[in-house]
Amino acid sequence: MTTDTARMSGSAMRARGANRRDWVRTVLKLLGYLLLTAAALSMLVPFAWMIFTSFKPRQVIFQMPPVIWTTQYTLEHYLKALTQGKFDIYFRNSFIVSGFTTLANLLIVSMGGYAFSRLKWRGRDATFMVVLATAMLPGLIALIPTFLIVKYTPLAGGNDILGQGGTGWLDSYPGLIVPALGGGFSVFLVRQFFSTLPRELEDAARVDGCSEYRIYSQIIMPLSKPVLAVVSIFTFQASWNDFLWPLVIVQSDRMRTIQLGLTLFRSQHNVEWGILMAGTALATAPTVALFLLAQRYFVQGIALTGIKG
Amino acid sequence: MVTAVRARKKQAGLTQQEKAAIVFVFPLLFFLTVYWIIPSLSSLYFSLTNYSVVLKTKWVGLENFGRLFEDVLFWRSLKNSAYFTLGNIPLSIASGLLVAMTVNSAIRFRNAFRVIFYLPVVTSSIALSMVWLWLLDPHFGLVNAALGVIGIDPQQWLQSTTQAMPSIVIMSVWGGVGSTMIIYLAGLQGIPDSLYEAAQVDGANRWQSFRYITLPSLQPITLYLLVTSIIGSFQIFGPIYAMTDGGPAFATTTIVHQIYINGFRYFNMGYAAAQSWVLFMILLGLSVANLRLQVYGFVSD
Repeated sequence: MTTDTARMSGSAMRARGANRRDWVRTVLKLLGYLLLTAAALSMLVPFAWMIFTSFKPRQVIFQMPPVIWTTQYTLEHYLKALTQGKFDIYFRNSFIVSGFTTLANLLIVSMGGYAFSRLKWRGRDATFMVVLATAMLPGLIALIPTFLIVKYTPLAGGNDILGQGGTGWLDSYPGLIVPALGGGFSVFLVRQFFSTLPRELEDAARVDGCSEYRIYSQIIMPLSKPVLAVVSIFTFQASWNDFLWPLVIVQSDRMRTIQLGLTLFRSQHNVEWGILMAGTALATAPTVALFLLAQRYFVQGIALTGIKG
Repeated sequence: MVTAVRARKKQAGLTQQEKAAIVFVFPLLFFLTVYWIIPSLSSLYFSLTNYSVVLKTKWVGLENFGRLFEDVLFWRSLKNSAYFTLGNIPLSIASGLLVAMTVNSAIRFRNAFRVIFYLPVVTSSIALSMVWLWLLDPHFGLVNAALGVIGIDPQQWLQSTTQAMPSIVIMSVWGGVGSTMIIYLAGLQGIPDSLYEAAQVDGANRWQSFRYITLPSLQPITLYLLVTSIIGSFQIFGPIYAMTDGGPAFATTTIVHQIYINGFRYFNMGYAAAQSWVLFMILLGLSVANLRLQVYGFVSD
């Protein structure tokens, strides 16, 4: 009898304890959601504020306390950004530069990756180490000499064959594109991926007398779309967002990229927040859209880099 | 016959694949050599000259490096870069880990949360700077307005010598949390569930699981993040240029900002090259020290 009650109260206590644990867990979970949602909101508010500001009429922007929701939205800031702010030219320039850089880089990097993974040649591994080493160097070290190499490009921008007399590739599309080509890190990614493809594929093709160019373009490349997508996305994003190099070599409006356009506009009209936010939205849209559309490639890219524990 | 022998020799010299390889790597090696390797090496040469585009170039030996010691602004920029790095890294790593652990657990809208935290990472630092300039505007900014609601007076933020650098740190932590998160997420997914299950059987609580399983398993990743973010933080430039241009009163001038000013505003390119080599040496030293410390850590554990 006594043992019975003891057992009963024991199990009742256990049940009550379990109930309380469930309850604590639910509260903790709710608290977690609350904090995470607050953090996520703080991530989104700056972007939302940029977009709201870009559509609000001037007099609403400068109301204090700030008006969060208004009914009088306008496109005038975007129109002014494109005309008065010349953001049409800047946007086009950024697109041309990032587009060409991405396409050319894809070709150069995949060819290099092919040579480093599918072909046998003397000095291959040593050369690959050199290529990797360039990815480790901070680009800043090369900044000043690269500027001079671009300035003294022979037969460009009024230069003679020795690179004297003109401005070379300064303030030009090739100057913005060419020095950014051939990233060591992208070669590494591509080589890793190419190495995973089965050897038999190309051995059979070689026996049949297929040239290396055909093996590369018709067998290896079509099988490597994921890694090529990753490299393209990362290259485009890096090129679109690049700032220091364009800042150093661009002098005219005609060549200014959108990142440069933003800093210039801000230094000239430091209170035109509506137009500045419209320009900022234009500078933000392509990479954010690319990210949202190609999310899985971003995740794959991070996995491919081999940072796994 | 002689030519036949020579032809055979030539064939023995270069295989079919080697000939193809030359064509395949040529473009890559060309661009890397002309725009990376030659510039990187020759910047050491420039650092020993007074190169300036306009004046006649003269060999000055170590004079540029000697001048650095007396350059008040250079010391200031070193201090500011260290300040930024020390503020940015602990906050980024801690918040990145916290967010990664939260979005790694079984929650609703997990993917949406990940996307939201990653948004600033794909956005240019200049665009983010513009948005934050507007948010932190002393008169019409949203941040001061929000603080006003809870009774805090308007702050000067980027226009104050004491608040400018903390403001840039806050923006950078906000902008970088997604990047640390995604790297930690990869690491968290690599920890086998069986470890946690075994710990639970042994009666370990949540904190103990975190302390004795999660943290040690993530150590290589933390080390990787530490090294890469030191390298990244010491090279901060875009936000500095766009938000404060080193001001007010040089409170935010960083090493790369000084290199830019010396090299491309004053065209003291030799001197700027010397500064960039000092930066490189600092980064190299810090990375090696970090790796060393971690190796000792592993051994003593």
